[in-house]
Amino acid sequence: MGTNLDIKVHHLTRVEGHGDIVVNMRDGVLEKARLEIVEAPRYFEAMLKGRNFHEAAIITSRICGICSLGHQMTSFKATEQALGLEVSEQTVLLRKLLVHGATIQSNVLHALFLAAPDFLKVGSVFPLVGTHPEVVKAALRMKRLANDIGEVVSGRAVHPISCVPGGFTQLPSAKSLAVLRERLEKQMLPDLVFAADVVATLAGEIPDFTRETEFISLRSDDDYALYDGDICSTDTGRVPDSEYRRMSNEFIVPHSTSKHCKVNRSSYMVGALARWNNNHDRLCPEALGVAAKLGLKPGCHNPFMNTVAQVVESVHCCLDAMAILDRLLAAGIRDEVPNQDPTRHGTGIGATEVPRGILYHEYTYDRQGRITAANCIIPTGQNLANIDDDMVKLVPEVVDRGEAAIAHLLEMLVRAYDPCISCSVHMLDVKFTR
Amino acid sequence: MANKPRVGIFDFTGCEGCELNQLNFEDQLLDILEHVEIVEWREAMDGRSETLDIAFVEGALSTPDCIKRIHEIRRKSKVLVALGACAVQGGINALKNIRPIEQVREEVYGQDKYLFPTLPALPLSAVVKVDVNVRGCPMTQLEFLKVFTALVMGKAPIEPGNAVCTECKLKDNECVYEKGMICLGPVTRAGCDAQCPTFGQYCTGCRGLVPEPNIGAMEEILVAHGLSMDDARKKLQMFNANQLEGVS
Repeated sequence: MGTNLDIKVHHLTRVEGHGDIVVNMRDGVLEKARLEIVEAPRYFEAMLKGRNFHEAAIITSRICGICSLGHQMTSFKATEQALGLEVSEQTVLLRKLLVHGATIQSNVLHALFLAAPDFLKVGSVFPLVGTHPEVVKAALRMKRLANDIGEVVSGRAVHPISCVPGGFTQLPSAKSLAVLRERLEKQMLPDLVFAADVVATLAGEIPDFTRETEFISLRSDDDYALYDGDICSTDTGRVPDSEYRRMSNEFIVPHSTSKHCKVNRSSYMVGALARWNNNHDRLCPEALGVAAKLGLKPGCHNPFMNTVAQVVESVHCCLDAMAILDRLLAAGIRDEVPNQDPTRHGTGIGATEVPRGILYHEYTYDRQGRITAANCIIPTGQNLANIDDDMVKLVPEVVDRGEAAIAHLLEMLVRAYDPCISCSVHMLDVKFTR
Repeated sequence: MANKPRVGIFDFTGCEGCELNQLNFEDQLLDILEHVEIVEWREAMDGRSETLDIAFVEGALSTPDCIKRIHEIRRKSKVLVALGACAVQGGINALKNIRPIEQVREEVYGQDKYLFPTLPALPLSAVVKVDVNVRGCPMTQLEFLKVFTALVMGKAPIEPGNAVCTECKLKDNECVYEKGMICLGPVTRAGCDAQCPTFGQYCTGCRGLVPEPNIGAMEEILVAHGLSMDDARKKLQMFNANQLEGVS
């Protein structure tokens, strides 16, 4: 022993937002191994106070450009519950379609643009344009089509426009939906299968590391829960979303502008791997086939496999999007206006799976439909303690590899979580501990 | 241009949606890469660079560290482009500036508020010289491509100064006010092709105010259409709190 390590990765690359990796080891004793979040705090709850219910989702979608649709969905659900706004089945189907598009877009971006360069031992996706042009082109096609779902259904992929509390200000035409359906089948599915084959060839590069942890995600009786469901823990099972505070349990740590979370252990994990572990039995056979090919098994405790789980669920999202489009097209698009006449006021909670994991919004509205209190708990914030715990276990296992190799492995670990740090730094509603 | 321009992409306080929109150029990305050399982009690649021809900068400045970094970027860049509402106006982040900052800090971090330094959210132009603005929340891809093309060709991009209403009329949209809604199109800079009104929404003012906006008249219109003066002010503040409150 007697090993000394002093690693500092300042402003980690290929993640969304600003974080530093810090590791210190003195005489073989690990003193510190953690991800420090240095992103500027943004204070969304203060911005939301006094705002009208029409504006809540417009403001909160600006928490994160990559998950802007997920923030909107979660915001709508909280607002609709608080104000008693019922939405039509057509609205729910169109929203689920949007969620699938956003999930595929984000998963493909992460797996092929941000994580794959690690496995191919390059610093970014750009060298791959020359060495792996077919992979880059397939990724670009998939991203384009996933974004097109957002553009066709809600006007824009980043900060969608026409999806509002109570419904849609403008509906997509049946013709445009039929074109999407055709493109998903003819273009997206083959590209996803190709991407899965590419990932399969890289599977040997995925680090062999496991650490038992708790996984939390939504779970539903009806489908692979993304838009809706109960909160489900691999440790303690299902509870309704009204218990979200207990199931996230935020606390402040000095090394992170984003609060940390823990429930039944010192940390838990959310995201694609958590969804896989909780909901693999709800995936379509094609997605399960891809999982088998990629060596992803239920009860997987290797965080590096999160990227693989993203590829697997993208296949499911594509096929389920096609099924939703079939239902919408069979029923015909009915002209309807958003239901925006509140029937009550009070507190509402929204829980939705965004690409990086479970997201909660809670708003309290007054009689005028204005927000008096808001709370948002974002997935990356929930993962931070788990990332730190992983580092503490991983560093001693690889300590003989030297600082540069360890630093690279830790960067890969953090990237595997697909962290969205800029949206994780405005945890709301502090609990004072005295 | 003999050598490809060396480009860096940077982000400050914001949602990184504008950066994402640069990766969303799926159809043009490979062509763009033919014409420039991207040498620094934390979100997408490893590596740093000491000199740049063009820096594209997203996000508002809201911490002491942001101020230090933007000065460094300005020093090493020939042309600095502000990308999106946060970088151009402070954007949605500036909503925190309209309340006492200590109150805002305490609401989020309680007794631990002193752990994390914060400043009023500022546009880049409040701290360094900005050469070009690409507006919007998020920036529109069409506008980015126009600015990008002009810069690569060594020309100065032209920023629209007219109001969103003019683009809405050109698209033959029914006026949002005729639908019983309110809209900030009359005082908001054009350039987005009236995207939100075209999808049934009102203009939220994300592209910033037109030059010499008549705020008093805009407030009167909003009040005439059912808003209280307080709500009218709040609508206008959404993306333009700094401009209305005289910051920057």
